[in-house]
Amino acid sequence: MKELRLMKGNEALAEAAIRAGADAYFGYPITPQSEVIEYLMREDPARRTGMQVLQAESEIAAINMVYGAAACGKKAITSSSSPGISLKMEGISYIAGAELPCVVVNVVRGGPGLGTIQPSQSDYFQAVKGGGHGDYKLIVLAPATVQESVDFVKLAFELAFKYRNPVMILSDGIIGQMMEKVELFEQQPRSTHEYEWATVGKKEGRDSVIVTSLQLQSEEQEKVNLRLQAKYREVEKNEVRFETYECEDAEYLFAAFGSCARITRKAMEMARARGIRVGLIRPQTLYPFPYDDIRRLSEKVKGILTVEMNAGQMIEDVRLAVCGETPVEHFGRFGGMIPSPDEILEALEQKIIGG
Amino acid sequence: MARKGDIVINIERCKGCEVCLSACPHEVLALSKEVNSKGYHYVVKVNSECTGCANCAIVCPDAVITVYREKATSGQ
Amino acid sequence: MSENNIICHDNLVYDKTRVMTDKVLHYCPGCGHGTAHRILAEAIDELGIQGETIGVAPVGCSVLAYYYFDVDMQEAAHGRAPAVATGIRRVMPEKYVFTYQGDGDLAAIGTAETIHACNRGENILIVFINNGIYGMTGGQMAPTTLPGMKSSTSPRGRDTSTMGNPLKMTELVAQLPGTYFVTRQAVHAPANVRKAKRAIKKALDYQKLNKGTCFVEIVSNCPSGWKMTPTQSNKWMEENMFPFYPLGDIKVPEK
Repeated sequence: MKELRLMKGNEALAEAAIRAGADAYFGYPITPQSEVIEYLMREDPARRTGMQVLQAESEIAAINMVYGAAACGKKAITSSSSPGISLKMEGISYIAGAELPCVVVNVVRGGPGLGTIQPSQSDYFQAVKGGGHGDYKLIVLAPATVQESVDFVKLAFELAFKYRNPVMILSDGIIGQMMEKVELFEQQPRSTHEYEWATVGKKEGRDSVIVTSLQLQSEEQEKVNLRLQAKYREVEKNEVRFETYECEDAEYLFAAFGSCARITRKAMEMARARGIRVGLIRPQTLYPFPYDDIRRLSEKVKGILTVEMNAGQMIEDVRLAVCGETPVEHFGRFGGMIPSPDEILEALEQKIIGG
Repeated sequence: MARKGDIVINIERCKGCEVCLSACPHEVLALSKEVNSKGYHYVVKVNSECTGCANCAIVCPDAVITVYREKATSGQ
Repeated sequence: MSENNIICHDNLVYDKTRVMTDKVLHYCPGCGHGTAHRILAEAIDELGIQGETIGVAPVGCSVLAYYYFDVDMQEAAHGRAPAVATGIRRVMPEKYVFTYQGDGDLAAIGTAETIHACNRGENILIVFINNGIYGMTGGQMAPTTLPGMKSSTSPRGRDTSTMGNPLKMTELVAQLPGTYFVTRQAVHAPANVRKAKRAIKKALDYQKLNKGTCFVEIVSNCPSGWKMTPTQSNKWMEENMFPFYPLGDIKVPEK
């Protein structure tokens, strides 16, 4: 049954994991996302759905527990924040290489290093360009609201199993910590299907299942890579998601994702009140990225400003989309600082309109 | 009288490590002069003293040896 | 009775278990890995749990262990097998789960995963092959390399004043309340193989009790890494490894 509640982002995400039918959560506390595991431990989903929750000894252990459970065909999820996600990167690469489905949540905080516990978007490159070793891609979903943090958990599991690929929810400390009204989807079933690729115990009459990312013969490893690349092309064809606001008559365009897109939307409204016709595109999937859609929108505008809580990361993909034919500039605050609508509007006027 | 035994050696899997030689209580085994297709001198039987104790087989890292032993017959 | 008559199905007393595949093992001649694999496979066979067993292979010489066991298996990242096994057993609590790890995997890079899986009392079997050296990468020093023992990264012998001391993981995990059965065995001689197999079979069978982690160390050889013949390596192991890593049960279930 659907249900309306006022919830904190991290807790809503945890509740969504239970309702998405997750079989297991493995995690390690780190600010600003510790409420995820706290909520799960309090809620004790083993009683509700049989879902297992375990506080691991490290992020490294947690992601490898996810590997083990995912390779049994189960719905496994972990969450962390930036420094912890760096630790998980080894395991994520193995999961991508072994083609296992799972969900990894990154409630991003400012970096580099131990950085700050305040919100940031500085893990964009890590999420969409690899992060771990080898040619692999994560499907990356960027929620801008508590509602999307909930809905994207369900979507993430669907995509993870559709493509047998790890899916990352790239959130940030703002969305994790703020409270909003949220409509919770109804309880989904846990994974009971015995997938032919999963280690569920060897059955008579079939070969044993081996889950591995290792091929000693380079010809074989190339085949693995070709298969992965073919899968990524399918993902790029089918799964691009984004929203646009006020783009019909726009002379200028903002591009922003996650919580930053909400602040940018306010800047857009302020600009329009002053007679500046500016629109906004908000990618909901950062991989696959809406290259074609941004290119199409760019043909009608004089310039694009990306607004990010980082030193300029998504701007590289926006520039790739427009192939140098439209000016693209970046405005960002970083290290845990959040841009204000006034600053964004000022940046639009200086870098794009006056530029 | 000890029961009689015999072994079958899968010479193509044998790597000639000789671990079975010292495990055999009756010096039944020795390395061949010839090599198998991998280039290893393989284990061969050199006498008929085998009792089927399976010591050679259970220390063999490559599961090369199959062991047979005659059934104990009453009255012997 | 002539010898020819002895070789018949009725007289078969020992054959390769069907829980091992027919693939030729890639291990060096005389390496204990093959024997350790075989007795683990035999234990699975004799307990009749081939279809209920999920194994986890490590990184190291036995990285390809999944080619040899005819059970469903997963390949773990270096050192992470106990975490992977935890993930498996938590979502498949009715299965038999084992990890098979060498000393570098279990006692160096995976120390945290080993200790915490044992401390939580995960209902898994950890088989720990200790040959005091990194075999796959070419004979470098392991956490379990003996004092004074030569390797390619301790070419003048392990100097404990700068290279640290060998780690007795098995004694260490035996102290943890989460472990149920902890033992140290060897597989170089017939009596040892029989004992080691009994230990592994017991450890696997205990898993259905859900009483905690079972940990079986097998002190083994590395003829190539130690630069000896297999026979020499087994003798060297008896004379040098066993005094430092004494064989026998370290923790047994309370009656």
